[in-house]
Amino acid sequence: MIAPILKVQGLKKAYGAIQAVGGVSFEVMPGEIFGVIGPNGSGKTTLFNSMLGQIQPDAGTIELKGKDVSKCGPLALSRLGVGRTFQTLQVFGKMTVRDNLIVAAQEHQGTMLGRIFAPSDSGLGDRADALIRRFRIEHVAHLKAGNLSYGQQKLVDIAMAFMAEPDLVLLDEPCAGVNPSLVGGISTLLKDLNQNPHSGKKSSFVVIEHNMDFVMDICHRIMVMVEGQVLAIGSPAEIRGNKAVLEAYLGA
Amino acid sequence: MSKKNTLLSLLFALTVLGLPPFLKNYGVYMFSTWLIYVIATMGLNLTVGYAGQKSLGHAAFFGIGAYTVAIMMKAGMSWWLGLPAAIGLCFVFGILLGFPALRVQTIYLAFATLGFNTAVFLVMRNEEWLTGGTFGINGIPRPEIFGFDLKGGLAYYYFVLAVAAILSALMWGLLKSPWGKAFQALRDNPIRAESLGIDTRNYTLLSFAIGAAYAGVAGALFASLVDFIEPAPFAVSASIMMYLMVVVGGSGYFLGPLVGALVGMVVPEWIRDVFPALANWYLPIFGLTVISMMVWLPDGLMSIPDRIRAKRDSKAASVRRAEAKSEMAAVIGEQR
Repeated sequence: MIAPILKVQGLKKAYGAIQAVGGVSFEVMPGEIFGVIGPNGSGKTTLFNSMLGQIQPDAGTIELKGKDVSKCGPLALSRLGVGRTFQTLQVFGKMTVRDNLIVAAQEHQGTMLGRIFAPSDSGLGDRADALIRRFRIEHVAHLKAGNLSYGQQKLVDIAMAFMAEPDLVLLDEPCAGVNPSLVGGISTLLKDLNQNPHSGKKSSFVVIEHNMDFVMDICHRIMVMVEGQVLAIGSPAEIRGNKAVLEAYLGA
Repeated sequence: MSKKNTLLSLLFALTVLGLPPFLKNYGVYMFSTWLIYVIATMGLNLTVGYAGQKSLGHAAFFGIGAYTVAIMMKAGMSWWLGLPAAIGLCFVFGILLGFPALRVQTIYLAFATLGFNTAVFLVMRNEEWLTGGTFGINGIPRPEIFGFDLKGGLAYYYFVLAVAAILSALMWGLLKSPWGKAFQALRDNPIRAESLGIDTRNYTLLSFAIGAAYAGVAGALFASLVDFIEPAPFAVSASIMMYLMVVVGGSGYFLGPLVGALVGMVVPEWIRDVFPALANWYLPIFGLTVISMMVWLPDGLMSIPDRIRAKRDSKAASVRRAEAKSEMAAVIGEQR
């Protein structure tokens, strides 16, 4: 049996009297694209933030590649091979696009002291250029990221999450605020990155997204959350046909 | 390097190397003071401009450097022993001052660093047994180098120039290395930086420590230049002035401190010397200039070339857009 890359068990987090996440368990397999959907306030973001070490869960465990990472912060998780994007744009505005990508992976190699003597691009120039071509942002590669359009920055943001060749990438609403044609572009890109990873090492994705077509299109399995609980986990077809899900979330 | 930049660099090198011998003592002294403030603000530019840590305590490090050398030389030790002590002490105090920055940012960090500066100032003023209090310490000698006496104003100027050149080269190397990118990532977005494996804690502390070490060297050079130190040049107001020099020169621009220290330090002195009637007006004029700069040129004087380039690029882009538009109109016309 193949071991899951991510294993979440009995995760709980309360804010005062509100149980934001009330005992959530699921597994993500290697190479899988796992979607998390649910209405606003269903606990998706709290779940994400606990998995990313931004907040401490009240109970439950999170295992990455069989290792308990429940107590790890964002820095440690990044070093252990977890990449992420944010709901809002988070690029380094005053640095060029290429430098944004290079800085996204430079701390994953060598020692801090060694990096002071390393070449400016940390030997990551080729990898950055390959990713820039793949995301079709060559024409803006040498511009400051803060000067790009929203859609271009979104692409840079996603590319940064892949620079360090992570095992697991957590994507928080990759389509938020993006025009429909770019949504298509992003789904093609993510499917391609999942099938043909640039490092030759397959990575798994966990995606939070409200755009149903997008989720149904790219995810292998989907978890539906309602009021901090798991309502259903299954393939896109199963989720589409699930009566409870239809009532609670997708609507008639 | 473009032709224009090569020419400008040559002109600059000629000025700093060739002009001082033709100046009076006071002119040479001003040039030395300028370079010392360049070294200090270069450090602050790393902390503030590159790493984004709003520090209003930089003059405290400048003072720690100056007093360390002065006290050690008064005790009979060599300047060359005082210098590493000044650097080391400032580095350690820099790390300590970095800790509040791990908890608070922006204006709150500015207040915390301001408090630090006040505390250091009070030690300089009140601990007479160590610092001489308001009477300060006088008769601080100048160092020797390889048997060369640096007592003369011009000789000492060239010594300061050499130190400034070495420290600039080191800073350039640091900023070109991956560390430079990590500092900028910390400035632009610390949360994102951490999610990419950048140890924001270490880089924050180091940005303070390295910046402070530069101020320490500047302080050591300053003590021997003026030969008499007292607490005033290391007060909170001096920190604010240094911050202004960084901002006016161009925060996060490598050459910003050169221009900033010129405008903040040399120009007022020069005006006092040449147009004494205007001297009383310099500070109000400087203040008004800073206010208008914050409105129209918030990225400082060194951002002017960038601005011109950006304007040219956007003009070229709109010309291309207009051409494309008229071509498109022609195509649509044909189709009709």
